[in-house]
Amino acid sequence: MLAFTLRRAVQAIGVMFAVGIIAFSMFRFAGDPINQIVSLDTPAAERAAVRKSLGLDDPVPVQFVRYFADAAQFKFGVSYQFRQPVSTLLMERMPATLELAICATVFAMVSGILMGVYSALRRDTVLAKLFQAVSLIGISLPTFLIGILLIYLFAVTLGWLPSFGRGEVVKLGWWTTGLLTLSGLKALIMPSITLGLFQMTLIMRLVRAEMLEVLRTDYIRFARARGLTTRAIHFGHALKNTLIPVITVAGLQFGSVIAFSIITETVFQWPGMGLLFVQAVQNVDIPIMAAYLLMVSLIFVTINLVVDILYTVVDPRLRATVGRAT
Amino acid sequence: MTEPILSVRNLQVEFASRRGTLRAIDGVSFDIAKGEVLGVVGESGAGKSVTGLAVIGLIDPPGRIAGGEIRLAGLRIDNLPPEELRRIRGKRIGMIFQDPLTSLNPLYRVGDQLIETIKTHLNLSETAARRRAIDLLAEVGIPAPEKRIDGYPHEFSGGMRQRVVIALAICAEPELIIADEPTTALDVSVQAQIISLIKRLGRDHGTAVMLVTHDMGVIAEASDRVAVMYAGRVAEIGPVQDVVRNPLHPYAKGLMGAIPTLAGDDKRLVQIPGSMPRLSAIPRGCSFNPRCAFAFDRCRVERPEPLPRGTQSVACHLYDNVPAESAA
Repeated sequence: MLAFTLRRAVQAIGVMFAVGIIAFSMFRFAGDPINQIVSLDTPAAERAAVRKSLGLDDPVPVQFVRYFADAAQFKFGVSYQFRQPVSTLLMERMPATLELAICATVFAMVSGILMGVYSALRRDTVLAKLFQAVSLIGISLPTFLIGILLIYLFAVTLGWLPSFGRGEVVKLGWWTTGLLTLSGLKALIMPSITLGLFQMTLIMRLVRAEMLEVLRTDYIRFARARGLTTRAIHFGHALKNTLIPVITVAGLQFGSVIAFSIITETVFQWPGMGLLFVQAVQNVDIPIMAAYLLMVSLIFVTINLVVDILYTVVDPRLRATVGRAT
Repeated sequence: MTEPILSVRNLQVEFASRRGTLRAIDGVSFDIAKGEVLGVVGESGAGKSVTGLAVIGLIDPPGRIAGGEIRLAGLRIDNLPPEELRRIRGKRIGMIFQDPLTSLNPLYRVGDQLIETIKTHLNLSETAARRRAIDLLAEVGIPAPEKRIDGYPHEFSGGMRQRVVIALAICAEPELIIADEPTTALDVSVQAQIISLIKRLGRDHGTAVMLVTHDMGVIAEASDRVAVMYAGRVAEIGPVQDVVRNPLHPYAKGLMGAIPTLAGDDKRLVQIPGSMPRLSAIPRGCSFNPRCAFAFDRCRVERPEPLPRGTQSVACHLYDNVPAESAA
């Protein structure tokens, strides 16, 4: 088990190294960053001084090693646009994005699993068919459209919910949270639904399909022949077997929830990392773009790792094969 | 005569399909006495397994019991509400399925599945249920049961898993065990062990056993009586010695003739020509008549009813001494 975790961790570091190369190469291929920093009429001597102060006159391998060593310590240089350390900017924005992503995922998991189980067990009811229809909409409508429709309905027409921003936030050390104030919670509702809707429909369809599959298996038939209660069979035996693929998908989707929060954050002007990234792209602020790339891949890789480990917790068969393989 | 544990009368099971209703079981009747093992043989699709599932009330839609009655120790169970039927399943009727590899939930420890079943049917505490689970595992011949109880199904071999399945089926001391091809998925050396285990359990606890199989060897070895099924009907039923040595129904004759002997005579095995009809195309009259060497006119129009013949009972016009001219 430990060896398995370690091997996975080493693989993860390998992936991060490769992403680091890509992130670093952005600096080389996106034009001369000095042009972005200084104005057009800056004399050459001054440009050289800036270049030297940023270490951009060193040989490329030296720059890369320095970049990577810094990145490993979460130092991503200084933003061209804000003239502040990128790590500070990201840290400021991260709580907003993570809170949004977690709320969206919780929303997606809870409602997705409930709806999935319901539509598998009560396949022929009107509600189950309605869920199926709604899930089709959720899967096919683009995120920004859902966001805009929600804003139109609940913010503009009904005026129940704020159309943009995080509302009031409370500072807890370096973390800022909108979960403790009413306006913060209200501001969270629409972005979470927008971001989580796709995941929710995905999970719902997955749970439904898996559940129907599991209910046909021999061990469910045998559980019925043993006279177990319907509740024990559905929620003890069938649901647990259903959840294995759901954990994988939901876990991996958490990465994309963070990555795709860019769109939701733009629609709702949510002050998170995604919005920062969009602004950075508009201003060719490469340190932020590179750092964002690294952060998102770090999150992805970490989630993959956690999902792999969670798997072995849920499924005893994997524990055995893993044990034998090492 | 004491009341049989299981009494099935004129059972009919139908499956609704797009092309109309298919009758999988058509008028099956048999009894199983306390401590008796009834073997049920027949080709695939003869309705053996469906009969077993009907008895335990696990016919799923689109299938349904369309007629007849099933009585468990006198109590009619085929029309019980689902919740009452559930209480009988596992408690008074245990079932063993064909494939031990897929009968156990892979995510739960063997002990958890046993304890869950025990606590569902018997009013026992967790510790008492665990105690009983260990005793059950010991009874079905699992070595070191106090250790193995915490194992997961994948840690057991096929034969051992079938023993666990049997332990699960008998954990509330049912009066009847339905064993649906319990040895088919196992290799031969393990088959014998499982068969003798089922026999021993039947003897020790007085449990009635309905042993569904297509393996005549298993039937001859394990059962007291045998029912030969063909196309959803019982062709012949009787004590196993009599039916094996002196089969009456032409189909049973063919079936017995197809068993290889070790005697060494080079006789070719008898083959029954043709194959069993599909449910959608069961012929009029006796369903065996197109394949029967002895078929005569009456067989093609009138369905034979079971006739007592010594210890046996056979559904065949050959044994009906009174020819019914008016039947056509």
